[in-house]
Amino acid sequence: MEPSLARYIWTHTKKQQLWILMIVVLSMIPYFMSFDLPKLIINGPIQGRGFEQPGATQPFMRLHYNLPFIGEVQFFSGFQLDREATLFALSLVFLLLVVINGLFKLYINTYKGRLGERMLRRIRFDLVDRVLRFPPFYFKRVKSAEVATMVKDEVEPLGGFIGDAFVQPVLLGGQALTAMLFIVVQNFWLGMIAAGIVAIQIVLIPRMRRRLIVLGRERQLTARALSGRVGEIVDGIGAVHVHDTSNYERADIAARLGLIFKIRFDLYQWKFMVKFLNNFLAQVTPFLFYMIGGYLVIQGRLDVGQLVAVIGAYKDLPGPMKELIDWDQARQDVQVKYQQVVEQFTVDRLIAPRIGVLTIDDPDPMTNPLSAINLSIADDGGAMLLDRVSLQVKPGETVALVSTATGGAEALAEAFARLNWPDSGRVASGADDLLELPEAVTGRRMSYASSDVFLFQASLRDNLLYGLKHAPLTSVPYDGAAADQHRWNMHEARLSGNPDLDIHSDWINYASAGATGPHDLFEAVRRVLDAVVLSRDILDLGLRSSADLTRHTELARRIVELRAALRTRLEHEGLSGLVVPFEPGAYNKEATIGQNLLFGAAAGPELADRALAANPYFASVLRQAGLDRTLYEMGMEIAEQAIELFADLPADHQFFQQLTFMSAEEIPTYETLLQRLKNRPHEAVSENDRAMIVTLSFAYIEPRHRFGLLSDELMSKIVAARNLFYENLPPELQNAIERYDPAKYIAAATVMDNVLFGRVGKNHPDAPDRIRSIVYDILDELGLYAELLDVGLDFNVGSGGRRLTSGQRQKLDVARALLKRPDFLILNRPLSALDQRMQDKVLRNVLEEARRDAHSPAIVWVVTNPAMGMMFDRVIVFDMGKLVEDGTPETLLAGNGIFKELLS
Amino acid sequence: MLLKDEVGMLQRVPLFSAIEPTKLKLLAFTSDRVSYSAGQILFRQGDEGDAAYVILSGRADILVDSDSGPIKVAELEPNSIVGEIAILCNSSRTATVRAASPLEVLRIRKDHFLRLMSEFPEMTIEILRVLADRLSHTTADLIDARSAK
Repeated sequence: MEPSLARYIWTHTKKQQLWILMIVVLSMIPYFMSFDLPKLIINGPIQGRGFEQPGATQPFMRLHYNLPFIGEVQFFSGFQLDREATLFALSLVFLLLVVINGLFKLYINTYKGRLGERMLRRIRFDLVDRVLRFPPFYFKRVKSAEVATMVKDEVEPLGGFIGDAFVQPVLLGGQALTAMLFIVVQNFWLGMIAAGIVAIQIVLIPRMRRRLIVLGRERQLTARALSGRVGEIVDGIGAVHVHDTSNYERADIAARLGLIFKIRFDLYQWKFMVKFLNNFLAQVTPFLFYMIGGYLVIQGRLDVGQLVAVIGAYKDLPGPMKELIDWDQARQDVQVKYQQVVEQFTVDRLIAPRIGVLTIDDPDPMTNPLSAINLSIADDGGAMLLDRVSLQVKPGETVALVSTATGGAEALAEAFARLNWPDSGRVASGADDLLELPEAVTGRRMSYASSDVFLFQASLRDNLLYGLKHAPLTSVPYDGAAADQHRWNMHEARLSGNPDLDIHSDWINYASAGATGPHDLFEAVRRVLDAVVLSRDILDLGLRSSADLTRHTELARRIVELRAALRTRLEHEGLSGLVVPFEPGAYNKEATIGQNLLFGAAAGPELADRALAANPYFASVLRQAGLDRTLYEMGMEIAEQAIELFADLPADHQFFQQLTFMSAEEIPTYETLLQRLKNRPHEAVSENDRAMIVTLSFAYIEPRHRFGLLSDELMSKIVAARNLFYENLPPELQNAIERYDPAKYIAAATVMDNVLFGRVGKNHPDAPDRIRSIVYDILDELGLYAELLDVGLDFNVGSGGRRLTSGQRQKLDVARALLKRPDFLILNRPLSALDQRMQDKVLRNVLEEARRDAHSPAIVWVVTNPAMGMMFDRVIVFDMGKLVEDGTPETLLAGNGIFKELLS
Repeated sequence: MLLKDEVGMLQRVPLFSAIEPTKLKLLAFTSDRVSYSAGQILFRQGDEGDAAYVILSGRADILVDSDSGPIKVAELEPNSIVGEIAILCNSSRTATVRAASPLEVLRIRKDHFLRLMSEFPEMTIEILRVLADRLSHTTADLIDARSAK
């Protein structure tokens, strides 16, 4: 990258810089005109000069110039206006100039701001673009948080500076020079005094600022290191807690903050010191004028008029000087920041742009063998991972790489994936060096999965399809405002040197997954998920999450059918007792009182959980239904029972899992509340306390808690209250609740709850498992299995995929590699988190799935267990970084080598 | 059946008779009420022991696998406890228990049961007494069996 900031800015913005300079110069004309106008107004119409006679008029807007050689030329004789009319006319001109000056300022500021923002965008993009081209080994040494903070924070001040980079010095320098010249014209020697002081400023101040620059650099580096450390703490939070090192981390952060504080404080001290000196020098000049000039006047060598003129002219000098010095300060500041960032982003062996160039059309299949030729790879410490290894993998061949602990098979797999670059020798595809092939070939015709999986924080689907998103394949039709917006986006992107690729285009390469479009892609997805034995997990996720109804319309449409099928099936198997369905006119004994009252799923915070009892409308419904007192008394009874049962237990006792009314922390609160409210009449209890108590009754389930608080009368009252609640539901609560309707899908509830549409009875120990398998059966029978899998694919995997288990992450990674249908499938201990039985199963499935439809990719698999090698055409054994055996599993087994030894 | 009735039933189980009613209530509250129809299996021989069961109503058979199929070795009546051995020994179930009629049981989870034992020594002593009693019975049976040979 360009090391000099000034040159970087000039290269990319010279036209704009010149344009803005021209505008600024142009804006000077009305600016200076507006200086002259007040004098004209006061002297003319207000004080009456030129209007001495009553009824006298003066020309307005007369255009006449004294041109050299020609003499006076009059272009326009002007309007004759009397005194008042002239006042109004001149005032209006003044107003006009105010508007013009304002508009100029607005235009200039907007233009400069936009220029700065565009450059900022360009710089940030350039930086990220370089990150995408860093060689793999570089990432072993940088912390991601530091790179992020460079891209985001450290270049930020550049945006503000870029607009002023050239205009400001020219303008302010011009102003200062004019003022200087004016002083010199008034009196040469006084002018020299002023020039001398300015020279001192110019020499001294930058010298003092050198320390500021050093401090500024330190500040930047320490701040960057801090963000790196904070990032590390977040990533390694588990290690921190496991080892009780949180206080060590606290100390480390405090020490860093202390250092940053010291640097910043030093910086302030110096900054203000420089400022003080600068101000002092600026003020010392008038002192010299007064003293020396005054002395000269007394001596009679200078007349008073000149001195006054010089002092008058001097007041225009410090302003521009000060701003110029400030500009210089800003320049040095951003220059330091820029250099710091550029240094970090200047890396040897950057991946050439042509490797990652955008390629729309799919490359031809890789029909050449993949080979390692005299390949040596050392780790960062210099130890040899691979030592002059030569081998060739032919297309269609399945190869198991078996490795002893120091074997180096992983390094070979990484070299095939271009994640580890050779120290000597090379990796080649046919005659071509693999590292020279564009990613459009290696990224589409080869795929790689390893035990070290990275998932993006997005849905399972996005992560699975990530490997297919190589290029924008469709042009999205935009119309109306969206089209304008799109055009603007693309135009701006080009102006900032960003690519004009449309992120909203369809990037998924369906063909490489063996599909023709979105409609049949799912088949391919399902097959790879089945192959890695991940479908069941995803189905479970789907059952437990609420479906996005804009996407999964089929579920909602056939919900009635589904529910009916479940009932029939349960009856058929004699399991009707397992689920108690919700019925609009009946009390559901397996549901809580709250659920029975509400008979719907809370879709907003207003009626959810604890807010329900406090909701004024809900409370009024309870009053009308005559339930407020009953439920209050019930709550009191529950509180008493719960406290009697649990008061003596320590807060971490496992029995508290059974207490659904209140948490262990709330017990003391309820204990005091109970004492206070006991024997107090219901009417005398405050709204808040009442809600606290009534809330307890909402969580009550008779068959589960067995306090004997539910009578038939109470149940029918609750059902009546339910109807009352919906009859007069105020508009602001309409969207806070979704009423249970046997014929309608409940968007706020999970898929499982929707299908069940009822509660599973508590007194059947294996009910949940049985019901789940029945639900799967039914979904499959009704052809909704795919839909449910699709719901599960909406699951967000969390930061780095941490919401999945490591086994699930690894399976997903393999599925992603398989989905591409590559010519070379490289798998580097891909399933290490699974047990051996599961690894064998997935291995068998993957071998089969990869060869489906007469496809025959080469598969290179670094196996975790030598026995897995028996399933491959060929086994290659590595020991101490060397290839020691190579052949079919049968021949190796027949020999007496390491493979046989490892197997036994 | 309500919590307080369950407490009454638990009091009649010899194992729990020495424990004060409030603690029994806690035990009842934190345990699950489970119902089985005749013929359903509570647990099978060889399963991992994760809970003990107190029979509240109905009857159940204890079956042991043999070469000629399961043999019924005993019958459980209300107020009896079953399945506690597997919990105490961390072993698998030594027999299968099957409901012989509609059955109501209280299922006490393993961790709850162990926690109760550590908190209420009187219960532990009672369990020891019952176990010792059973052991002496078994020993007597063994002597009978040997001498009858």
